Amino acid sequence: MDSGLVHIDDPLTRHLDGLDLTDPASGPKRVARSLRARREPLASPAVQLERIEGAAGGAPDFLTTVQAQGAAASLRPLSLGIFQVNLGKLCNMTCRHCHVDAGPDRHDEVMDRATVDACLAALDQTTAHTVDLTGGAPELNPQFEYLVEACVARGKHVIDRCNLTILRAPRFRHLPAWLAERGVEVVCSLPHPRARNTDAQRGDGTFEKSIAALRDLNAVGYGQGDPKRRLTLMSNPAGAFLAGDQAPMERQWKASLKREHGIDFDRLICLNNMPISRFLEWLEETGNTEAYLQRLTAAFNPAAVAGLMCRDTLSVSWDGRLFDCDFNQMLDLELQFGADAGGVARPARVEHFDPEAWRQRRIVTARHCYGCTAGNGSSCGGATA
Amino acid sequence: MSYYKAEHLPHFGDIGEGAPELAKKFFDYYGAVFAEGALTAREKSLIALAVAHAVQCPYCIDAYATDTLEKGCDLAEITEAIHVATAIRGGASLVHGLQTLDHVKKKGM
Repeated sequence: MDSGLVHIDDPLTRHLDGLDLTDPASGPKRVARSLRARREPLASPAVQLERIEGAAGGAPDFLTTVQAQGAAASLRPLSLGIFQVNLGKLCNMTCRHCHVDAGPDRHDEVMDRATVDACLAALDQTTAHTVDLTGGAPELNPQFEYLVEACVARGKHVIDRCNLTILRAPRFRHLPAWLAERGVEVVCSLPHPRARNTDAQRGDGTFEKSIAALRDLNAVGYGQGDPKRRLTLMSNPAGAFLAGDQAPMERQWKASLKREHGIDFDRLICLNNMPISRFLEWLEETGNTEAYLQRLTAAFNPAAVAGLMCRDTLSVSWDGRLFDCDFNQMLDLELQFGADAGGVARPARVEHFDPEAWRQRRIVTARHCYGCTAGNGSSCGGATA
Repeated sequence: MSYYKAEHLPHFGDIGEGAPELAKKFFDYYGAVFAEGALTAREKSLIALAVAHAVQCPYCIDAYATDTLEKGCDLAEITEAIHVATAIRGGASLVHGLQTLDHVKKKGM
């Protein structure tokens, strides 16, 4: 199944109705295929973790640093605010920095209806105010619209983490208006307000398609200050450097995108790149791994700990496993509910979600977590410091 | 061999060993200069990068090539800033040509 082709008789992709995700017309491609399809050693979470530990040099493990900085209390779990569902690794793009290693060839890792329903049952046991849908391209999951409707009906704030180009693919052109009608917040990936860095990270032609998709979103009321039509842009640096200051960058982006393209948006959030998966591959190929890990550890900001997303987020994988965040999910660092009588911690699944056990868990950390505490801090909601 | 060592840059603060009070005044002043003000921190970073090229300081180029990227600048903006330094340096030479022109006109026939 590593041909990269989408098989239209596959029940998980049948709804695509023959749309060939490998075709650049469906979405730009920065790398030919996923690490997994290329059978690269770095496709393995264990290999990634080993490399991160090695490249971090003498830096202490993350928890030791947090404790030494007197920020341990800031790493305790909070009540559940954000229920994040990764709907699968299928994507119409293959960005250079993708921490999911997503792409058209990951069509066998898509959340099915039973797991979606288990997510809704778990959601009903929580205090979560927000359901955050990610992927891959979450819109490519045949259950996407069903899940959005179910969450909206429950009064939840819903976030669609959108790569923008999918909104320009056939069969998905209806989505801007459909999302607007339901008050879904669209959080769009755009690394830079100009083409060069955007295309370098995400593939040739991405910027042009992204601008067209942003125009579509503006046309249905997104980005005009209406809280029910919130348009958020999300920038990951296109290279081995830290994310910038959100507030001044937002002012500059708003002026630039308005002047050059007539586009409005509501807010900009800036995230650091995690040294995992395809970003780690790029760091390795360009000889940047050690320097980037040193940059992350040297820029540890104790003030960024209290706002870490792992404290109030539950992250569910396409196959129903539970994690403290989407990065831990990609590294197979499963959420551990309390040790049983035999001292063995239980890996957690969404079908057996236990709110009390969740509240009492210990957040799972490793050295990649320095990516979320460097500089201004970083999370799916942007800066934390 | 080179007289320059990249590892000097992260240890810039060690300059305080000989005159700690002066170093403190300098670094406090330096921090204040680059804070968001009437000019944005981003604009100041681009000016710093241009000046780094004018004074040809490899440490400053190292520091502000990264800093401009982290301030969201791309290669086009960075290159235009370097051309500003280049234009001023080149222009400074050329405009002195008028002094030479005066000499030539005075002494020539």
